[in-house]
Amino acid sequence: MKTHVIVFPGSNCDRDVAVAIQNIIGSSPEMVWHKDSTIKRSDLIVVPGGFSYGDYLRCGAMASTSPIMKSVIENANKGVPVMGICNGFQILIESGLLQGALIRNSSLSFICRDIIIKPTNTKTIFTNKSKISKMPIAHNEGNYFANSNQIKEIEDNDQIAFQYCDENGDINAHSNPNGSINNIAGVFNKSKNVLGMMPHPERAAESIHGCDDGRNIFESLLS
Amino acid sequence: MLAKIHITLKKDVLDPQGSVIANSLKSLGFDNVNDVRQGKFIELEINSNSKEEAEKQCNDMCEKLLANLVIEDYSVEIEN
Repeated sequence: MKTHVIVFPGSNCDRDVAVAIQNIIGSSPEMVWHKDSTIKRSDLIVVPGGFSYGDYLRCGAMASTSPIMKSVIENANKGVPVMGICNGFQILIESGLLQGALIRNSSLSFICRDIIIKPTNTKTIFTNKSKISKMPIAHNEGNYFANSNQIKEIEDNDQIAFQYCDENGDINAHSNPNGSINNIAGVFNKSKNVLGMMPHPERAAESIHGCDDGRNIFESLLS
Repeated sequence: MLAKIHITLKKDVLDPQGSVIANSLKSLGFDNVNDVRQGKFIELEINSNSKEEAEKQCNDMCEKLLANLVIEDYSVEIEN
């Protein structure tokens, strides 16, 4: 499997996700600097977490105009799996590959703690091995928003990937860390080859992390 | 020319920062404040032959980068 991880100024989870890909998928990812302009052939492109361009203007807005993003969009449109985690999710939204918006957490606080998510659609390349999983979130702008028409469209097309839930898998206000509409923690594009999610599976990917629930997302990509 | 661009959250988007600012204003004694919405103001200098052309370009900038139309509205004012 040929894998790529995009690196922006301010990315800080690029190495973590590269290690997870190496350990679980068994592929040594090519690290691609944001000023490069092409990714020729890929089986997986990851846009990692961090604070690209210091979150100027809006989180992900500056990075979405980087030269490499044209190639990421072209690959996504050809069906190449593209995964954005945390700031990567914000970048994919700003680049137009995913619908909705990620706004300031309803608490107005940066949240860094473990949460639990439940896969909403397990028939995709990213989630076919997914189950109720614990993993960390670490963000200030992870409050997913879309207007009621857009939410209906996303739901009707089975584009919700993950929802925040409690230990029993119940999706309720108490288990919603950031105010996201319908507890949405991650979404797909229409054709389900692009995933964006706020939680960090790469930070819960081996026993030394204290939890390895995040592995199932990378394992799904192997099958 | 000088372009003045206001970017504001759409009415149906909650603005928690605005709510906190409203509470703080009330605690300072401004009891008649009902609703606060926080936005962005961007000022830019632009070379253009006409106000219309500059406005058109600024609208394009807002649609492509400066505003996120899922959550924000914008308005453009051009001064000579």
